[in-house]
Amino acid sequence: MTLVYVDNVHKAFGDLKVLKGINLSVAQGEVVAIIGRSGSGKSTLLRCLNQLEKHDSGQITIADKQLDAASMSPKELSENVGMVFQSFNLFPHKTVGENVCLAPLVVRGEEKAEVEKVAREVLEKVGLSDKYGAYPAQLSGGQQQRVAIARALAMRPKVMLCDEVTSALDPELVGEVLRVLEALAAEGMTLILVTHEMSFARDVADRVVFMHQGRIHEEGAPSELFSNPQTPELKQFISAVL
Amino acid sequence: MIEFTFWDILRNLLLATRWTIVLSLIAFVGGATVGLLLTFMRLSSNRWLQRLTSLYVDLFQGTPLLMQLFLIFFGAAAMGHPISAWLAASIALTLFTSAFLCDIWRGCLEAVAKGQWHASRVLGMNYFQTMRHVILPQALRLSIPPTVGFSVQVIKGTALASIIGFVELTKAGTMLNNATFEPFTIFALVALLYFALCYPLSCYARYLEKKLYDAGLR
Ligand SMILES: Nc1ncnc2c1ncn2[C@@H]1O[C@H](COP(=O)(O)OP(=O)(O)OP(=O)(O)O)[C@@H](O)[C@H]1O
Ligand SMILES: [Mg+2]
Repeated sequence: MTLVYVDNVHKAFGDLKVLKGINLSVAQGEVVAIIGRSGSGKSTLLRCLNQLEKHDSGQITIADKQLDAASMSPKELSENVGMVFQSFNLFPHKTVGENVCLAPLVVRGEEKAEVEKVAREVLEKVGLSDKYGAYPAQLSGGQQQRVAIARALAMRPKVMLCDEVTSALDPELVGEVLRVLEALAAEGMTLILVTHEMSFARDVADRVVFMHQGRIHEEGAPSELFSNPQTPELKQFISAVL
Repeated sequence: MIEFTFWDILRNLLLATRWTIVLSLIAFVGGATVGLLLTFMRLSSNRWLQRLTSLYVDLFQGTPLLMQLFLIFFGAAAMGHPISAWLAASIALTLFTSAFLCDIWRGCLEAVAKGQWHASRVLGMNYFQTMRHVILPQALRLSIPPTVGFSVQVIKGTALASIIGFVELTKAGTMLNNATFEPFTIFALVALLYFALCYPLSCYARYLEKKLYDAGLR
């Protein structure tokens, strides 16, 4: 079943055309890794998927509902799409537990006891059940990013977007975050991740999408794509990053 | 001519210090109330409200407090509604303080990282929920040190009220000097009293700043 459907999406910032007709469909439970050079529009595509940026033309459909200007409230969007950022963006004045509970409480108006139970479950899932009362500043980068993942999970989104979620981390902390994502993928979570971790893309993704100059230049199963790139651009990209 | 001992001088100055404190408090409470209102006007999505507040802030930041005092005090009299030095000083200081506090607070709200807005939006929070639960609590903490720091400026600003005849610390000093001709003793004492009011506040602001820094909010 198709969960995310992107049809001929364009986006420009002023004169700069960043997305020039993106077509992509992602099935439920699929893990899609987006790779490509800096400036190719990867982040912009993700941000269009949750309307942090409004696309100029084309259609985006998530769980059979069309996203466009004003058609979906932030609340409704959050029921479908979760996002984890490169810079964590945890709420620094709130504890780990409060970070996770805030949105279910104020957006959904769920029962406090129930929300706290869910918070403990998702924190358990990311291996941080002992940090419930800690503040973000007391955690390592890897731990903070895992809290951010737990916070997104607590809203039970249908698809999770991850934009270079390990890029701000010290190398020794990257693994713990990738393992959490891998576990989510194994559980059947639909993931769309922009990543520079090629080995992760190869091992965990069902499909790899190579973006180049605002278009999807090449896509396919990771084994195919990495071992047998068809276009010179992808060949060059692969040789540059590996 | 009456003889003033050192203790007489000190006692009179201390009594006048009360009015400096009261005037400072009025300016601060009035200024904070109006300043808060202005901050929200500035944040509103209404273009005209935004422009109006910017104009207000620029006007009161861009003219000397002394001129504002004169305009209100003499202006009211010229228009046939003379007001007391008390009232004129309270109004002028409130307007002046509110303009600066509005600017300080708007800066603090904008200093909260953009990513906080994004994260909140993605979690489904609307503008008011984000303001209430995410932005305001952080901005509030950021605003305490500069706000306390600015209160020192307000205290010193009250000295200008002496020029329109309001008897606070500075005016009392001038009057005592006219009677005793001991400018050095008197103005040294006046300065010392201002210092005693301002220095603890400055220290407190610095302490708060450090605490914020330690809490990782900066
Ligand atoms: N809000 C914005 N306003 C103007 N230009 C923008 C904006 N956001 C992105 N851009 C520009 O759009 C282009 C694509 O940006 P985008 O962030 O999508 O690239 P990316 O593929 O994610 O790159 P990176 O690997 O560096 O993160 C860049 O040239 C960028 O400068
Ligand atoms: Mg990017």
